[in-house]
Amino acid sequence: MTFDRKIEDAGLERGVSRLTPERIENTLKQVIEGEAGAKLKLYAETCMRCGMCSEACHYYMSHEGDPSYSPAGKVHQTLGKILRKNYKVTAEEIYEMAQIAYTECNLCRRCVHFCPLGIDTGYIMSMVRRMCHKLGVTPQYIQDTAHSHSATMNQMWLKDDEWPDTLQWQEDEARDEMPNLRIPLDKEGADIYYSVIAPEPKFRTQLIYQAAYIFNEAGVDFTMPTEPGWDNSDMCMFTGDFEMMGRLKKRHFESALDLKVKRIVMGECGHAFRSIYDQGNRWDAWEMYPIEVVHSVEFFWELFEAGKIKLREKFKEPITIHDPCNIIRGRGLMEQSRKLAHALCENVVEMTPNLEHNYCCAAGGGVINCGPPFKNVRMKGNKIKAEQLKATGVNTILAPCHNCHGGLEDLNHYYELGMDIKFFGDLIYELMEKPE
Amino acid sequence: MNSVYAFVVGPLAWFAWGVFIFGSAYRLVSMYQLAKAKDGSSLHYMSFKYGFRSIMAWLNPVGTLGWQRNPWTAMVTFVFHICLVIVPIFLLGHVVLWDQFFGISWPTLPDTIADIMSILVVVCCIFFGARRFLQKDVAFLTTGKDWVALVIPAFVFLTGVLSYHEIGDAKVMLILHILCGELMLISIPFTRLSHAVFGLFTRAYIGSEFGGVRRCKDW
Repeated sequence: MTFDRKIEDAGLERGVSRLTPERIENTLKQVIEGEAGAKLKLYAETCMRCGMCSEACHYYMSHEGDPSYSPAGKVHQTLGKILRKNYKVTAEEIYEMAQIAYTECNLCRRCVHFCPLGIDTGYIMSMVRRMCHKLGVTPQYIQDTAHSHSATMNQMWLKDDEWPDTLQWQEDEARDEMPNLRIPLDKEGADIYYSVIAPEPKFRTQLIYQAAYIFNEAGVDFTMPTEPGWDNSDMCMFTGDFEMMGRLKKRHFESALDLKVKRIVMGECGHAFRSIYDQGNRWDAWEMYPIEVVHSVEFFWELFEAGKIKLREKFKEPITIHDPCNIIRGRGLMEQSRKLAHALCENVVEMTPNLEHNYCCAAGGGVINCGPPFKNVRMKGNKIKAEQLKATGVNTILAPCHNCHGGLEDLNHYYELGMDIKFFGDLIYELMEKPE
Repeated sequence: MNSVYAFVVGPLAWFAWGVFIFGSAYRLVSMYQLAKAKDGSSLHYMSFKYGFRSIMAWLNPVGTLGWQRNPWTAMVTFVFHICLVIVPIFLLGHVVLWDQFFGISWPTLPDTIADIMSILVVVCCIFFGARRFLQKDVAFLTTGKDWVALVIPAFVFLTGVLSYHEIGDAKVMLILHILCGELMLISIPFTRLSHAVFGLFTRAYIGSEFGGVRRCKDW
């Protein structure tokens, strides 16, 4: 079957224009034989090509069973092809592989639940991206965020002064509502170091406002850092630039250790969580993060259990809850997210399938970050999610992950679902008791 | 013909078993060395508890999402593998050989049962083969290596059944059957059949990662 869905992307085109057959062969060999090890080899060898994983993938399900979208089908067209052709693939084939690996797989790992041999297609796709990165063939938009990481240590080209300025702006705004509110900067020894991803100061500042409000109301001893390292996001993990991924994680943890805080609490993000418990820590040869990291979902539930957040009222309308791969399939927060959802809402309607078997948003894994050229890949490739959302019959979705938000918002418009999407922070801020 | 028979059950059998045992051991040891050199973090996460938990979950043909969503394939896969392992070990004709060469023996299956199980293996192979032709997503993935992995066990059991029922020249069929069996032994370490050697480890690894790091089940 020929690849008939090539999408023009300036980054991919520029990348392949600089390839030579020798460079392709040497680079692919270097990654597969030099960098990767037994895991990749075993996955390539023991996969029995049984096709049981096909149905796991939202792309496959949304494309009416087009075999080129099945998890094993994507491996077949990338790593499989490289090995079958003994590393002698053309520049055009590298383009196709990059398009598949960066935009047609969200690394969500739903397919792991389908494979009797436990083959991790997410890992294989990460390694294909790694090869593409080393060949310099990456989609332009996500590569731009990776460049931003390298130059500024944050994802969104925020300048050093813009970050504290944004925090102080939000503090100022929030003081209209709560006159004594503070966002303590660089406070040594605070209980909590609150870390966010750079898109928050860039275009979701309301989330910083809300978190500050909730923490102040709950009496949390928290601080936010002003120095680079504050951004916990990690697009380099998704482009395959693992060296930068390692640097970013080190810088982030050093910033928290410098402030001698007790714990890091991170905003409602999925991929940043993945980068500290799954990929970044491994690259840096840490079994787990060197300082405890708590996801907002866990932290909010902690505050609830301790009676530090009191609600004025519960959310009355029926609401459904989306399980982001990186916090549920990635880190088992299904119990806390359910407890929190039920504490906040009167009527939580579950999706089918749900929990660790939930369908992906199709935005994560860096796919949404590949930008406008690939937006329709996500939209057409996730009809199944739109159907799943519609079947709940409710108008509101709870989604504790930025990427899921972006993806679900786009699906919502594309399929005209008329649904509203909320973070836990949105609901807590909206429903909590506030001083008169 | 008798000397050919003596050769295939004698020196050739020693050779096939040798390749199978030492080949498998070599592949396991060298893969472990490679994992130690390159996949340190993954080896570090290996956990007996979660690995075992995962293997047990996947031994239940209706216990995992993958099996549940592919019920026919699940059923055939289980029947195929159970028969594939049980029949060669407990077939009377095989135990007799062990007794004859090494003086050891163990309980055997009634011949009729073993015969039915062997026919089932062949039927399962036909099912797998048909899937490779007819099911679009499987056909897309199929390469020569997958046919090799399917045809070898199919021939072992087909020749076994024909030989038991004395269809065709009995001696020739028996020799063919032994040759196919030996080919299968030799193939296990070096073809897709190597999942017999590595499968438990890949399963245990992902079980360990999901259980220990991801705090989530992998089924």
